Amino acid sequence: MRRESGARSRATPLGAAPRTPPVILLIFLLIWSQPPTSAESLTVVSWGGSYARACTKAYHEPFTANSGIKIRLEDYNGGLAQIRAQVETGNIHWDVVDLEIADAVLACDEGLLEFIEAGDLPPGPDGTPAAQDFLPDTFTECSVGTTFYSTIFAYNRENFSGGEPATIEDFFDMKRFPGRRGMRRTPQVNLEFALMADGVPLDQVYATLSTAEGVDRAFRKLDTIKEHIVWWTAGAQPPQMLADGEVVMSTAYNGRIFNAQVLENQPFTVVWDGQVLDKGQLAIIYGTPRLKAARRFLAFAAKSESMARLGRYISYSPVRRSGSALITTHIETGVDMKPHMPTTPENMTRALHNDWEWWSDHVDEMNERFSAWMAR
Amino acid sequence: MDGTLKTVRLRAAVPVLPLVAFILVTFIAPLATMLVRSVYDPLVAGAMPETLFLLSEWDGKSIPREAVFEAAVRELLGARQARNLGRVVTRINRVQPGMRSVIMKSVRKLRRISGSDSWRDTLIDMDPAWGKAQTWQAIRRTGERFTMRHYLHALDLDRGPGGGIVRQKPERRIYMPLLGRTLAVSLSITALCLLLGYPVAYLIAHAPHRWTNLLLLLVLVPFWTSLLVRTTSWIVLLQTRGVINDALVALGLIAEENRIAMIYNMTGTVVAMTHVLLPFMVLPLYSVMRTIPPLYMNAAATLGASFPRAFWRVYWPQTQPGVFAGSLLVFILAIGYYITPELVGGRSGQLISNMIAYHMQQSLNWGLAAALSGILLLCVFVIYLIYDRVVGIERMKLG
Repeated sequence: MRRESGARSRATPLGAAPRTPPVILLIFLLIWSQPPTSAESLTVVSWGGSYARACTKAYHEPFTANSGIKIRLEDYNGGLAQIRAQVETGNIHWDVVDLEIADAVLACDEGLLEFIEAGDLPPGPDGTPAAQDFLPDTFTECSVGTTFYSTIFAYNRENFSGGEPATIEDFFDMKRFPGRRGMRRTPQVNLEFALMADGVPLDQVYATLSTAEGVDRAFRKLDTIKEHIVWWTAGAQPPQMLADGEVVMSTAYNGRIFNAQVLENQPFTVVWDGQVLDKGQLAIIYGTPRLKAARRFLAFAAKSESMARLGRYISYSPVRRSGSALITTHIETGVDMKPHMPTTPENMTRALHNDWEWWSDHVDEMNERFSAWMAR
Repeated sequence: MDGTLKTVRLRAAVPVLPLVAFILVTFIAPLATMLVRSVYDPLVAGAMPETLFLLSEWDGKSIPREAVFEAAVRELLGARQARNLGRVVTRINRVQPGMRSVIMKSVRKLRRISGSDSWRDTLIDMDPAWGKAQTWQAIRRTGERFTMRHYLHALDLDRGPGGGIVRQKPERRIYMPLLGRTLAVSLSITALCLLLGYPVAYLIAHAPHRWTNLLLLLVLVPFWTSLLVRTTSWIVLLQTRGVINDALVALGLIAEENRIAMIYNMTGTVVAMTHVLLPFMVLPLYSVMRTIPPLYMNAAATLGASFPRAFWRVYWPQTQPGVFAGSLLVFILAIGYYITPELVGGRSGQLISNMIAYHMQQSLNWGLAAALSGILLLCVFVIYLIYDRVVGIERMKLG
């Protein structure tokens, strides 16, 4: 009886109770039909919020219109654990990921990403070869840069009637500017801010951090405001904390503050002094069955036009020379984007380039030190 | 006769097999894998066998001889071919921070070089770090297949320059203080749960029958509510601009600028975890109290004992199996708790499990995560042994 096959059970007369085979068949059907592996769809994983929305408008939708390949957007909060799990089990459902550059390098070294090829880097609109058009150090062996974004600090004007903060030193000045500060719960960027505020020149920041005394110095500087720091983890938190009055100033990603300024009319001011510049990266998960489509997507996103279009939705600027020339206005409000871009020369008077190489060497060490410091 | 008895026994065991298989697959196997991972790491040994073999004869002080360099160059390039280099380098970098960029940069340059008379000079030319003994010591240490370095790391210890075991510098000690804190917090949560749960269980066990179900429901509804919902409700209540602070300000008990920080610190962790774990105390207590006949207390009263005396001499000893069961349950759940401290612990309310999660998800240092888990497991085991010695496990009653 048990060995009764699907064919037999179909032959049973109507009215007889159907046994398990149809159910099993159904399950099989579900499993078989489940993965939408056809070339018509790609899963792109990004940081959510206003940034992911901007990417959708700037190059996901135009890419779909152009190629017929649909984009499924997923959110994540950074880190490599999920990518590693997918590559190691061979069950890959992400295709393209938006990564921090240090993570992109790490993931590349760990064999979690596909190497980029010449075709992934399209020439500029006037035919300039990509190698000359991309700004130096904006792509890696496995990833293509798409935007400059910056960690700055911003304050709520309502909290300051007399003088307003203007430099990174002011962020650490509790006497002139009392009140709580927001900072991201990571050693990254915070150690750099601390050293810059302590008088270390830009070009010496990472050299100083490479010495034990330099690290001590950075933590000692952070000690001076430790009791007044509110820690944040997601990019959407700082504008919220500033608006709620939870903090009077906070470090933040410049694009998130820009959105609060122009779309919500929040009385926030960005302090560009001491900004830490980063390059957002796109990379392809190693072993994806949709490699060809993923490469097409990468090449599309890496076009100067795509980068410039992104800069019309959020204040993150292109990493290509030809793209910088295309910066215009915010598409929803018509605000001129130039003053809000991290790479605009007036905003670059004291700007530190995040040294991903230093961080990929020291991230574990600094994280432990930071955790120990936090717990004390 | 003997044979048939065996068959009967075997047949009786058959229905249990799925359970045995289930436990094997979902509990024993992962646990064993984890413990193995904490001491065994064959990756570097497998990628650089010859270099490590040659290094085993090295004195540990001078610059190694040419053959070592030659083997290292060949095996590093081979690891790159196998897409393994990153993982090898990550491990070496953990022992000697800074080695990642030294090796990666050198390998990138080596790919463009076809040959060399002296790989020793070539490499030291590329980066002076190759001429330092500590670089090769790091490679040698990472190459150990069986290693105690994760456990040393988890115990805030390190190998000194001479190879002896030394304590980490004070500003780098993190895991032991955190473990101590975790144990202390779990203990206070257990005490709080007992303090709060005992009267509740007493009330439920001795309330008129028609009230019992309603009161039990009041304990069970939070128990059935999602952990996340309960934790975030505490955020709403306790935050600086939350319900409690607003009420205190409105009543004039505290000034607007002196709002109390009750969340994103240890207070938040203790409050939220006590609430989440309370049912695990109340239910065993209740099930024990229910079975205590009121006759004993009545008898004590008729013999002239006051209520406190009767309670302490007659009632309390009878509830001990429930007290022990509830305490053990709450304590063991508390030391492994992760999500609540993550959400409401802020800077000072993090526990050891948050560090384990960090090494699992962010740093991908699974060896260290496994060693930390192993130590936590050992703690639970020791507590269980102490409990068994002092109380006797057969006295425990879970319901």
